[in-house]
Amino acid sequence: MNTLVEDTLKATAIDQPKYSAKDFQSDQDVRWCPGCGDYSILAQTQRVMPELGIPKHKMVFVSGIGCSSRFPYYMNTYGFHSIHGRATAIASGLKMARPDLSVWVVTGDGDGMSIGGNHFIHLMRRNIDVNVLLFNNQIYGLTKGQYSPTSEKGKITKSTPYGSLDYPFNPASLALGASATFVARSLDRDPRHMQTIIRRAADHRGTSFVEIYQNCNVFNDGAFYQFTEKESKDESVVFIEHGKPLVFGKEKDKGIRLNGFSPEVVSLKDGSWSVSDLLVHDEKDTTLSFILADMTYKPGLPRPVGIFLALDRPVYEEEMVRQINFAQEKQSDGDMAKLLNSGDTWIVQ
Amino acid sequence: MSEKTVQSLSEVTIRFAGDSGDGMQLTGTQFTNTTAILGNDLSTLPDYPAEIRAPAGTLFGVSGFQIHFGSMEIHTPGDQCDVLVAMNAAALKVNLVSLIDGGTIIVNTDGFNDKNLKLSGYKENPLRNGSLDRYRVFEVDITKLTALALQDLNLSSKMVDRSKNFFALGMMYWMYNRPMEPTIEWINGKFVNKPEIKEANLRVLKAGWNYGETTEIFAVRYEVGPAKLAPGRYRNITGNQAVAWGMMAAAKKANLELFLGSYPITPASDILHELSIYKQFGVKTFQAEDEIAGICSALGASFGGALGVTTTSGPGVALKSEAIGLAVMVELPLVIVNVQRGGPSTGLPTKTEQSDLLQALYGRNGEAPVPIVAASTPADCFDAVFEASRLALKFMTPVFCLTDGYLGNGSEPWLIPDYNSLPDIACSFRKDAEGFFPYLRDEQTLARPWVIPGTPGLEHRIGGLEKQHITGNVSYDPANHELMTKLRAEKVERIADDIPPATVEGDDHGEVLVVGWGGTYGAIKTAVMRHRQKGHSVSHLHLRYVNPMQKNVGEILYRFKHILVPELNLGQLVKVLRAKYLVPATGLNKIQGLPFKAIEIEKKIDEILKGNA
Repeated sequence: MNTLVEDTLKATAIDQPKYSAKDFQSDQDVRWCPGCGDYSILAQTQRVMPELGIPKHKMVFVSGIGCSSRFPYYMNTYGFHSIHGRATAIASGLKMARPDLSVWVVTGDGDGMSIGGNHFIHLMRRNIDVNVLLFNNQIYGLTKGQYSPTSEKGKITKSTPYGSLDYPFNPASLALGASATFVARSLDRDPRHMQTIIRRAADHRGTSFVEIYQNCNVFNDGAFYQFTEKESKDESVVFIEHGKPLVFGKEKDKGIRLNGFSPEVVSLKDGSWSVSDLLVHDEKDTTLSFILADMTYKPGLPRPVGIFLALDRPVYEEEMVRQINFAQEKQSDGDMAKLLNSGDTWIVQ
Repeated sequence: MSEKTVQSLSEVTIRFAGDSGDGMQLTGTQFTNTTAILGNDLSTLPDYPAEIRAPAGTLFGVSGFQIHFGSMEIHTPGDQCDVLVAMNAAALKVNLVSLIDGGTIIVNTDGFNDKNLKLSGYKENPLRNGSLDRYRVFEVDITKLTALALQDLNLSSKMVDRSKNFFALGMMYWMYNRPMEPTIEWINGKFVNKPEIKEANLRVLKAGWNYGETTEIFAVRYEVGPAKLAPGRYRNITGNQAVAWGMMAAAKKANLELFLGSYPITPASDILHELSIYKQFGVKTFQAEDEIAGICSALGASFGGALGVTTTSGPGVALKSEAIGLAVMVELPLVIVNVQRGGPSTGLPTKTEQSDLLQALYGRNGEAPVPIVAASTPADCFDAVFEASRLALKFMTPVFCLTDGYLGNGSEPWLIPDYNSLPDIACSFRKDAEGFFPYLRDEQTLARPWVIPGTPGLEHRIGGLEKQHITGNVSYDPANHELMTKLRAEKVERIADDIPPATVEGDDHGEVLVVGWGGTYGAIKTAVMRHRQKGHSVSHLHLRYVNPMQKNVGEILYRFKHILVPELNLGQLVKVLRAKYLVPATGLNKIQGLPFKAIEIEKKIDEILKGNA
């Protein structure tokens, strides 16, 4: 049986168009504050989209509430700006109903980690093929500057004049703990890295989760400067890449080795350690992914950026369709008249 | 073998009662199915505690199942029962109040030991102190007879104990002259991989029947002939099953995929269970992480071009409220089924109530009108949810379908509709980019176009922020907000142009009009019929649509002197009627977690007729 959806898609099908980034810009004025890190994320996303080989009318951006969640208005694709924290749930339903679509969720540290935390972890474990971009600015922007679930403990904000008492989430560890199959981190100030990560996220089968450090220059300016600015970046960030040893530092003179299960910084200069002693990243290794993500708030360790994990696992909506196909092969397509008359029935003359 | 007299009856109400672990719901369901197949009209009332296995022998652990059946039209599960089957002392104590004077009690004497008596608060054994003298009491040691029937099978005492409900069932089959075959078939199918249990249940069922046949204590058997129902093929159906099938039928008639996003909640979970079976129909069911994800996933599926539905009960609706508001704003079709239960908060999960009407009407922030369709009987749930789906698709709006625990779990014979003659649900997706605007409305229905992602050239964004009229762009313009608020309200109001007028059962004018909605239908109908048989000027209006109301509801109300509105709440519809039509309607309210008895409504009508109300 062809449903109305299938008929409509068939009737309107067109050849894959050739796109530039411009094709993904909507006619709406972008209304983020000047200098906001969101601009860069929007630009990188619009730059990557034409390369994916997916027609833009097959793309849907779903968001919740918050500064980041205005994102869909600026993408010339289908979009759904929904309610606080629920984008992941809406996107899940959309992708289950329409596995042919490329579905993206844009969320923030408040929307995704706080009010939407529950839906977030369940999306991760189910492995529905949805791409989640989480803009982490460690603050509530749209409500004007309260601390968020990723704010550092002791943060002074309007709602925490004596300092926040909450210990922050590390979104990457949370996603891994929820059995995500693709977990990555990137930086608003590193366009090329972000483009690579977004491309990999798009290509990943199953849920992909990308945390992007994003500067809120109004309410939390400079939260990530240490990791994004030239002066400090090289010494403070280790870029993790599959199959490569963890080397960092301006002079590429430092590395990460495992001491038992604990990563430690070693110097490659004084001759006691060489590159061959270093930890080599394997993005298929779940145990390693936990160790690397756990470096995030550890003092004395550089901040890991890159793809923590990229694992193959059955995709939820594909399995859902498989169950349906199996039932239809075994019992043929559902015949409603037959069902109504099935089982114990009797006739009144 | 003794000769037994056979006595003919036009209707009987039997109540099976025992511990929540005694299998009384199963016994009742089996008796119901067999009775349905025999062609009786019937109505059932399962009445069970929220605890799965409450401590054995306690009063709060008693589970009951009442069936009212007859050779006449049956509209309620019966005000009182004629026969009470009590598996223990607690079951007797809790249910004796429902038994008519002179009624029959069949007790399992093993359930009246000292421990049972103590747990149920009996100071002395009611079987021995004469307190049951006004009833006909049959004492049967069901436990012992069950054990005897199984003694050579070497079963654990627990397993033997579990089979004793089949003894009671077999006995009642004998007493009311019902065939055992349907249940034998059911046992054979259900326990196909558990030959021991299968054998035990079959033996005990037959032992119960044979006991009736051979024992001297039962002198009379009863015969209840088939009811004169409209000709056609019938089946027995519960409200929850009817909702599931109605949704499937609606999706098929609209040529859409059915997507259910739901979270388990009593008493609505059976809809999720039922729909999960029918993968061959392409039904997609999603057990979400919570109520909110249930409705949000359904709304996401609707955005993608499916018939998105979510099923729940009152507390679940509370959680879904924000997403219902979103559906109002983005104007996508969505069906929300509320199988109402006693509230507030967790309330009475397994008991029925109608107290979520105002929640459905007003329970959202902002001006967020949602159409409401209410089901009136278990089988009617099929038509109600089919209609709710039709309206959701035609008017691009979330629609409430209200049922309740009594309808959801209760059952009745259903004249199976001819599927092919059910109307198609006209439905289309906008394909043409020429002149397209996301909020350019249909002139007649005010519905906006439904565009599914995947359609080239129609890329657009929707969301919860206020929309500019026609373009659908975000707009904070004051005049636009007022216009859009009015348009959304007007759209729902225009549904009144699309639905048939309300019809009155009885005369269209007179002394008393009893107005109801939902599961009170059977009790009101019975009460009104009894008055009409006495020649009283009493009529019945039952509202299928609570929002918007049918256009002629006002005129009907004005043609009666008195308006009585029985509801299982503190008076919700009555408030709406008074506000909307300025009529002095009177409420009759019951908030006990139980449906109305016809007699309660009958008495109230009496008072009104006598001028004492």
